[in-house]
Amino acid sequence: MNSLVLPLAIPLVASLLCLILKTDLVKQRVISGLTLCINFVVATFLLKSASEQGYLTLRAGGWANDVGIVLVADVFSCMMLCVTSLVSITVLFFSFSDIESRIQSRSFFALFNFLILGVNGAFLTGDIFNLFVWFEIMLLTSFILLVIGRKPEQMEGAVKYVVLNLFSSFLFLVAVGILYAKVGSLNLADIARKVYLDSNSDLMTTTGVILLVSFGFKAAIFPFFFWLPASYHTPPTAISALFASLLTKVGVYALFRVFMLVFMPHTNFFQSILLVLACLTMVIGVLLAASQFEIKKILSVHIVSQIGYMILGLAIFTPIAIAGAIFYVVHNILVKTNLFLISGIVERKSGTTDLSKTGDLYKYAPFLSILFCLSAFSLAGIPPLSGFWAKLSLLKATVESDMYFSLFVALGVGVITLYSMTKIWSFAFWNKKPDESETKEISQKEAPFLYIPVIALTVASLLLGLYGNAIFELCIQSAEQLMDPWSYINAVEGS
Amino acid sequence: MESLLAVLAGVLVATGIFCLLQRSLARLVIGIILLGQAANIVIFSAAGVSTSNPAIIPGAAKTLSGEYADPIPQAIVLTAIVIGFGFTAFLLALLHRSYKSLKTDDIEEMKNTDTEI
Repeated sequence: MNSLVLPLAIPLVASLLCLILKTDLVKQRVISGLTLCINFVVATFLLKSASEQGYLTLRAGGWANDVGIVLVADVFSCMMLCVTSLVSITVLFFSFSDIESRIQSRSFFALFNFLILGVNGAFLTGDIFNLFVWFEIMLLTSFILLVIGRKPEQMEGAVKYVVLNLFSSFLFLVAVGILYAKVGSLNLADIARKVYLDSNSDLMTTTGVILLVSFGFKAAIFPFFFWLPASYHTPPTAISALFASLLTKVGVYALFRVFMLVFMPHTNFFQSILLVLACLTMVIGVLLAASQFEIKKILSVHIVSQIGYMILGLAIFTPIAIAGAIFYVVHNILVKTNLFLISGIVERKSGTTDLSKTGDLYKYAPFLSILFCLSAFSLAGIPPLSGFWAKLSLLKATVESDMYFSLFVALGVGVITLYSMTKIWSFAFWNKKPDESETKEISQKEAPFLYIPVIALTVASLLLGLYGNAIFELCIQSAEQLMDPWSYINAVEGS
Repeated sequence: MESLLAVLAGVLVATGIFCLLQRSLARLVIGIILLGQAANIVIFSAAGVSTSNPAIIPGAAKTLSGEYADPIPQAIVLTAIVIGFGFTAFLLALLHRSYKSLKTDDIEEMKNTDTEI
């Protein structure tokens, strides 16, 4: 049996089991935890074989390439699989105590696994319409998770999130239609080959721009990110953390995959657009974040500016830039999730995440403060933490390509990121609490569920910073694969 | 026939966007539905609309013969219709819920309902 089907089969079986065990919370938790761990092991195994063999492919049902659906895994997609499955384990563990059991029993675990299924599918598919379907699976589950608990404050964000994402799905569908009319295929490798061999580039830039806008909505890049600040801070912390780590990154992944494969001959046209969008995304995201005064809002708006860094890598379009961007994605998934989880603990302790009402946490929770510090400084890019190496390679790439303007933008954005993190530090941890309300203690029973995921993610991001070499080599390898679309095309067609 | 469908898709998109720009939540749903239909028509006409045979191999033969319509866009449209149906159902439920809890169907009033509470 081809192991490529496992990252799809495992979450599917798990979510169906969770649906069957409707009220038995303990069994649902055990099943979800176990399957996610198996999922992580499978992803690591796939990453190992992908880095040895280059590409893994699976043709569903044995159909010919231009008709059937192909699953393709290269080093990039396997890395994404690995890091998302690692993060999903920690978030699941956190959610056991973070989310009320009343909500947990409302098929929370089934939805959680369906979301993982959609994300894994989007990483593995080699077919553009199939990519659309995985996106929709991911979106529909995220819609439901976003309004889980049905609190009034969740509604406004959810309406904006749902409508804007449906609009982006509409654009995606139109682009698929036009692309099919142009090349008569849905298989990404087949489309790429036909686009290469056909010198007539009518409609290609049109399709590319429509896809850019559609993925731009999902990845939250500059003019399309407005659903994100409206919605990400409203659901329970575990769900926010899961969304922050997975959803926008799938959009970024789709941008990398499609624009480095299908639109490779039109790179010059898209490079300048992407560069402008990346700089604007970084600047506007970080300024918007600096104006917020609530921890979860600051963190979620910061996602936008960090997506800008990833897109910057794609816009520079050299192997080192792509490798840096991929390293940045990995780093950002770990650190951002961790900061969201920490904000959940802060909310537990102070009863709010509004910075004007918190304080004194350094006095009462010194250990939590250290954990926050490590992640926040990593996000801002202080050496020797992981964020520094990620930014360093991106900045090096801007210098090598003589893009000094984006170099200064990236540096300035880093400084403002540091400002936002210092703001959280001083108002939540350092300053005196403005009112006399007491800092709550977390019960002995719940503390492990809240702290172990945070410690695990902190250790992971520390290791990424201190021993990042091995990971960076994988990033270089995936960048080389991405820069050479013919290797992808030949691997899929020769399978 | 294709040009007619193209005009139809254009009109649907224009109407859909117009509805999305309105302030009422109910028109939002109508706008999303119209946009979905426009996308379906774009895909449906992607392979060209023809009056030739369906892609079904007749009883004794081993392969298709003569002209036949491309079955892939038809299959995609079916999938897209089903997905769109599910989303519309969810959207209606969500808007109903948000109307009940926020007591408004005016998007202009849905600006800071998350922070007041």
